[in-house]
Parts: sequence; C-alpha cells; structure tokens
Amino acid sequence: MERERLYRTEALILHRSDFGEADRLLHVLTPHLGRLRLLAKGVRKLSSRKAGHVELFSHVNLLVARGSTFDIVSQAELLEPFRTLHDNLERASMTYYVGELIVRLTEEQDENAPLFYLTLATFDRLCTARDPLLALRYFELHALELAGYRPQLHFCVVCQRRIEPVANFFSASMGGVLCSHHKGQVEQAMPLTLHALKVLRHMQTQPWEQVAVLRLNSNLHMEIETLVQGFIVHVLERQPKSVEFIHRLRRELRENSLKEQLHKTRNTTQEGVSL
Amino acid sequence: MQVLVEPVARLIEELSRLPGIGPKTSARLVFYLLRAPAEQVYALADALRDLRDRTHFCSVCFNITDVDPCAICVDPERDRSIICVVEEPLDVLAIERTREYRGLYHVLHGTLSPIEGIGPDDLHIADLLPRLKADVPVREVIIATNPNMEGEATAMYLARRLAGTGVKITRLARGLPVGGDLEYADQVTLGRALVGRQAME
Ligand SMILES: [Zn+2]
Ligand SMILES: [Zn+2]
Repeated sequence: MERERLYRTEALILHRSDFGEADRLLHVLTPHLGRLRLLAKGVRKLSSRKAGHVELFSHVNLLVARGSTFDIVSQAELLEPFRTLHDNLERASMTYYVGELIVRLTEEQDENAPLFYLTLATFDRLCTARDPLLALRYFELHALELAGYRPQLHFCVVCQRRIEPVANFFSASMGGVLCSHHKGQVEQAMPLTLHALKVLRHMQTQPWEQVAVLRLNSNLHMEIETLVQGFIVHVLERQPKSVEFIHRLRRELRENSLKEQLHKTRNTTQEGVSL
Repeated sequence: MQVLVEPVARLIEELSRLPGIGPKTSARLVFYLLRAPAEQVYALADALRDLRDRTHFCSVCFNITDVDPCAICVDPERDRSIICVVEEPLDVLAIERTREYRGLYHVLHGTLSPIEGIGPDDLHIADLLPRLKADVPVREVIIATNPNMEGEATAMYLARRLAGTGVKITRLARGLPVGGDLEYADQVTLGRALVGRQAME
C-alpha cells in the first residue's frame, strides 16, 4: 500500500539544530509517531512566516511531507509557546534537561502516547509550578517508568521481601531498594532515609496534583535528586549533558547570595567602626 | 564503473558539503570551472587558501579580521562606551548595514546549548567582563542575541553575569519576529529594533 505523501501531527519541539543555510532540524515528540527528526526549511530567516511556529519548547500542530532523507515541515501552527521559559532561566534550564532525557530515553519512531502527554504536562508545570524542581523529579520518575525502567520501591531487589519502614538502601545498578540484610551484596548501594523513600513512593504512585502539594526541605530534595539521577546515569550509561547547566546556575546563584551577604556584613561592620 | 575522473568527483563532493549546495548545483559549478580561464580558477583557489590562512579572530571582540585588533576595535570614530553583543560575525555585518550603530561589538560565537553540552565557558562570555573596565568606561551593553529561545536563554545568562557591574544592560526590542536568526533581518526592521532597545529587568 502506498503511504500518504502528507501527514498531520501534534508535536513538542525538544531540540533544534541549524541545518544548511537557513534551515533547522527539529527533534520533536509526537503522540502517535514517537520521536521524529523533521526538517523545517527557511525558518532561520526573520521573514519566515513559519519561524515563530516552530520555536524551541513549543507545542505545535504540524503538516509534514514525506521526504527522502528527512520528512519536511510543510505547515506549522503554534498551540502553546510556553512563554514563561523565555523569561526564566532556571525553568528554561530544566526544560532543556527534559528535552535531552526524552531524546536519550527513546528510539526514533517508537510510539509512546503516555510519554508525550507526560512531557506536555511537564512543560506546562515547568512554567507554572510553585516548585519546578518537584515537577522535574516527578517527570524523571514517570519518564523512566514509561521508557521501561520503573525503580522498585516496595520490595528488596535481592530477597523480594517487603521493605520495612526503616532506613534502607538503594542500588542504581539493581534498579531498586535493598533491605538492610542485603545492602552488602550490592556494590555502591546508597543509604536511603525513610522520609525519602516515602516521598519517592508517593511520587511514583500519586497523580501530580497530590505531589504538587509537597514541600520538601533542601536536604531531602537533594537526597532524592542524587538518587534518581544516579539511576538515570546507570540507565543511560552516561550523565545527561544538560544537568551541568542546571548545577552551574545553582552554584552561581549560591555564590552571588554569599557575596551579597559578605558585602552586607562588611558594610555593617564598617558602620560599627565609624560609630 | 568510474564515470567521473577523480579531481572532478572530488571537487563535486567538497562543494556539495557547503550549506545550500546540493549535488546538482555542485556539479554545475564544477563543470563551469572546468571551462573557465585558468586565472579565474587559480584566483578562487588563492582566495580560499587566504580565507583560511589570513583571517583570525580579533583578540578584543572576537569578530573575524585580518589584523588584530580589528578595524572596528581600533577606529577612533567609534563610541567606546557602548558594546553590542551578538552571536555570530554575520550579525555584526547585519547591524553595520543598519547604519544606526556607532559603538563596539562583542561576538559570542554561538548560544548556550545545554543539550549539546555547550555551556557559558564555550562562548566568549568571560572575555566580555574585563572589557567593561577599559580606559573609556563602558556605560551600556546591548544584548543582540537572536529573538528565539536559544538567544533568550543566552541573553538571560549574560544579563545575570553582567549584573552588579553597574553597566546598563539593554536588549533589542521584541518587535522582531520571534523564532528567526538576526542575520536574515531586513535593514529597516533591524534598525528599528536597535533604536527601540529596552533595559533588561
Ligand atoms: Zn533483602
Ligand atoms: Zn575587534
């Protein structure tokens, strides 16, 4: 049967790279065609009427023509630009990371509608959530699950016995929790506090609305972040590149606030001396 | 069976690696050059070699130049108290064409691209900071990165690094169509955007 020359799809634009003279290659995620690479011609020209409709991190409707090397975007309609990301560097840096995780966790053309809707909802949460980092953690856990890597949080990955409500351990290479009897049998098992385990289970099993109400202190958040990202590095066999940028922004903000504090203390001391 | 002799096939292949040139255009250019006078062909070859051997990046603004510092950086007529930051050398050309701007430039050579591992240290961002304390103090930095997500992210980061230096930071007006590249703007649009630039934050 001959394939249609044109097809229509919803898409999220995850990544784009310059291609040729004025074109861009778009890496997009679609609900029913999986992840695709599409050529958008002439969109680097400011005069291009299509340009504003294939912006990075936007939700779009596309009409696509089949091509020999790449399929080509023939029409694009902007559904949601997620403008907040253009004004907030922290939230944008997290969205880059979401885009990279999708690219690395999926194969081209593997249909995964739930992953598309999770990503769409995550873009929205990264714009609107009070704590965008929480939305990012929620995304990581669920994207891993939808890609076939659900961490085991209820039974020891060695003895299969139900985990007791005490301090336990987590192994990235075994993909789950370990009871205190079996932590020694696995290399690099990390301690896991009961509190972190409860939050992880809550995030894994509850809808976002129930997760969004959580308020995690920074130590607890760091424990969860380190654990989930360790698991991601194990799954991908590499550290996602965009993590470095998130960490750098965090580091620079911390350094700046330290500098400001130092500045303030110095000023007060000087005032003290002059009195 | 080898249809084309090796030098012909080789040049067709080399040319077709250039942006905007497919195998057909490439073959047409090669067959034109085969019939062209020897001087013209050698002049082209020399121009290509000089392009590689006789151009550098200006050690002050990182624009492409044959002398260092570049002609703009040493021009006494230019206003040294204002620096316009752009992504690529082609953007300098685009802004010069507007004839609206008489200050200096700073070329970043790209935008932040976390997913490709391109971070602040891979762009000429740190090189901008010492320039602010030159003999003629800089009073304004215009951030003229592209009006798209990648350009906005780079502008936000840059503004953050420049905060606290006391220098006024402005961004090109958003009248420019969103999503495209600066180098393709027509003079009128770009000139207006430059005049209507706004303070950041
Ligand atoms: Zn066990
Ligand atoms: Zn220069």
